[in-house]
Amino acid sequence: MRHFLLGSLGYDALPFYSTIATLAASVVVLGALAVLVFVTWLKGWGTLWSGWLTSVDHKKIGIMYVVVSFVMMARAVAEAAVMRSQQAVAYNNPGFIPPEHFAQLFTTHGTIMIFFMAMPFLIGIYNFVLPLQIGARDVSFPVMNSISLGLTTAGAVLLMISLCIGKFSTGGWTGYPPYTELSFSPGVGVDYWIWALTLSSVGNTMTGINFAVTVYKKRAPGMTLFRMPLFAWTALCISILMIFAMPPLTVATLMLAMDRYLDMHFFTNDLGGNMMNYINMFWLFGHPEVYILILPAFGVYSETIATFSNKRLYGYTSLVWATVSIAVLSFTVWLHHFFTMGQDGNVNAVFGIATMLIAIPTGVKIYDWLLTMVRGRIRISVPMLYACAFMMLFVVGGATGVMLANPGFDYQVHNTLFLVAHFHNMLIPGLLFGMLSAYHYWFPKAFGFRLHEGWGRVVFGCWVGGFILAFMPLYIVGALGMPRRSRNSSRPSTNPISGSHSVAPCWCWPLLPA
Amino acid sequence: MAQSVQGKGPSHIGIRLSNSAPASHREEARTQAEEALFGFWIFLMSDLIIFSMLFVTYATMGHSLAGGPGPHELFDLSSAAWETVALLASSFTCGLATLAMRYDRSLAKTLLWFAITLFLGLVFLSLELHDFMTMASKGGVPSRSGWLSASWALIATHGLHVTSGCIWMLIMFVQAAKFGLDPLVQTRFMRLALFWHFLDIIWIGIFSIVYLLGVLS
Repeated sequence: MRHFLLGSLGYDALPFYSTIATLAASVVVLGALAVLVFVTWLKGWGTLWSGWLTSVDHKKIGIMYVVVSFVMMARAVAEAAVMRSQQAVAYNNPGFIPPEHFAQLFTTHGTIMIFFMAMPFLIGIYNFVLPLQIGARDVSFPVMNSISLGLTTAGAVLLMISLCIGKFSTGGWTGYPPYTELSFSPGVGVDYWIWALTLSSVGNTMTGINFAVTVYKKRAPGMTLFRMPLFAWTALCISILMIFAMPPLTVATLMLAMDRYLDMHFFTNDLGGNMMNYINMFWLFGHPEVYILILPAFGVYSETIATFSNKRLYGYTSLVWATVSIAVLSFTVWLHHFFTMGQDGNVNAVFGIATMLIAIPTGVKIYDWLLTMVRGRIRISVPMLYACAFMMLFVVGGATGVMLANPGFDYQVHNTLFLVAHFHNMLIPGLLFGMLSAYHYWFPKAFGFRLHEGWGRVVFGCWVGGFILAFMPLYIVGALGMPRRSRNSSRPSTNPISGSHSVAPCWCWPLLPA
Repeated sequence: MAQSVQGKGPSHIGIRLSNSAPASHREEARTQAEEALFGFWIFLMSDLIIFSMLFVTYATMGHSLAGGPGPHELFDLSSAAWETVALLASSFTCGLATLAMRYDRSLAKTLLWFAITLFLGLVFLSLELHDFMTMASKGGVPSRSGWLSASWALIATHGLHVTSGCIWMLIMFVQAAKFGLDPLVQTRFMRLALFWHFLDIIWIGIFSIVYLLGVLS
């Protein structure tokens, strides 16, 4: 065992390798200190401890999840802005970020956005809303719920610590071996990544078990499954996905840990290791994961569109079955994440077709929502704005998804910004807008007052405008062949467009009170 | 189904909760037991995914010996067979323990059968430990090859589960001594029993796929 878990502490561990990193670490430390001082000044430690941190009330746990997600989102959006600025200026020159730091940035950005922004956000909203919707007093296992929150937060804290002490992984959010093995990544970065992911995946598995039991066993009398709101249905589906999809991630990261700490050979280049096992397990988790991220938003839109159209949801049963089929199909398509990694063409064809099939239930949903709006009395409120923006933008993302599902096309754009544009196009409208819609929609339920409508619209404009400016050009530069995760570029064809997209980040939005 | 057991108060499949309490409490205890057991079944399903990943990894690494020792040199089938006997027998005694808890409602009998289960579990673990040491002494350490990493990880994950089951049993002895067979203790024993049978099924997989297929093929 070369080092115990997270290496040894020394002067080298401090973030002086890049000015940006030094500044960011200072912000984290000062921010943490400011919070400590603020809580002390409010004399809030008692309330914080007994009223919140040790509370097992699902509503408070939900709110805390969302707080974790906002803090992490602030960091990951800032990282995105830094990366984009670097790419914008680094045409035929090295820019202002050293390569080692840039690689950490795209790794932390991806890891945070998936595991510590998206997951806590949606789990937080479910925590708050789900028991209320099905008429339960709380989730089935309140203490376990609190432990899940603790595990997720511990993972997030590890990520924050990695900014100040030591470095984070440079292997991307997917952490493919053999690059992340000890021989190629000897530092502590990958270790931080492994433990952050393992903690959060165990926490998420527990959340999945908790929500599934809650939906099955805790419904109020008369609340049959087919009377549940769609949002509760998506809770059931994502719980099942979490129960089955999180363990492969846990196994993959722990095997990587065993490779690194115990000199085993699961994924190494030598002595019989096989990196494809990692990649299969990772995406066996990873593909259901994207539906864990997207189904909640589908549930939210089913609520908001019906509410703000003053109509009953059109095609409730078809929406339920579409949700269930998406959940089932999500386990059959993982291989499309590595069409280019050497399997037989027939295997690729099977997975390509399975992938395209997912477009069918998704299309059903879009039509159902549109038909809910038809002849409704539509109020264009903030949650509704997000829903409308979603329906337009998500269809574009879905269409490019069907393009990518074709292995022949996938070979052309594999590892380019086209792919990056595609999944941001799915996840920003299909997760973030949904959660923001839910945030605005249920905020009064949580805090007793409504968010300011005008500011909400401004923020909506920033998000949608920023998103379009940031990611639509990536389809073009990606199709032109610009690789993802590039620190700098020298190809004239891609530069002017990649230069235009640093306008994106507008994250001035959280918590704008009336 | 279990409701009908001579009308002696509410019960769940597998357990019968105390009927000395007032009816409303019994109903609540029954609901709680049902939720807890259902949740535990779901946990077992996700744990099964962990084992299936380990099995699949093992299956794909069958030829990754990298010149190191293989199943013929390393596995001792008779030792594995004795481990199987111990674990299967412990599953049987574990079943007797839950039956004693349900039908005899006797703390002493329940604890006796669980104690025998624990003893057999420890026999299994010591045999397994002995196997591991023999393997290591023959050069079959997990860092030698991909196949060895996969087999150690699979077998040891099961072994760690059995170990935690044993520790859990010890904790339950303390709880049972302190609280008797109250509803909470009963549901915990029931979950422990589920866990124990589950590990038995996993072991049958390990014995067939790792040991039998490894040595006989």
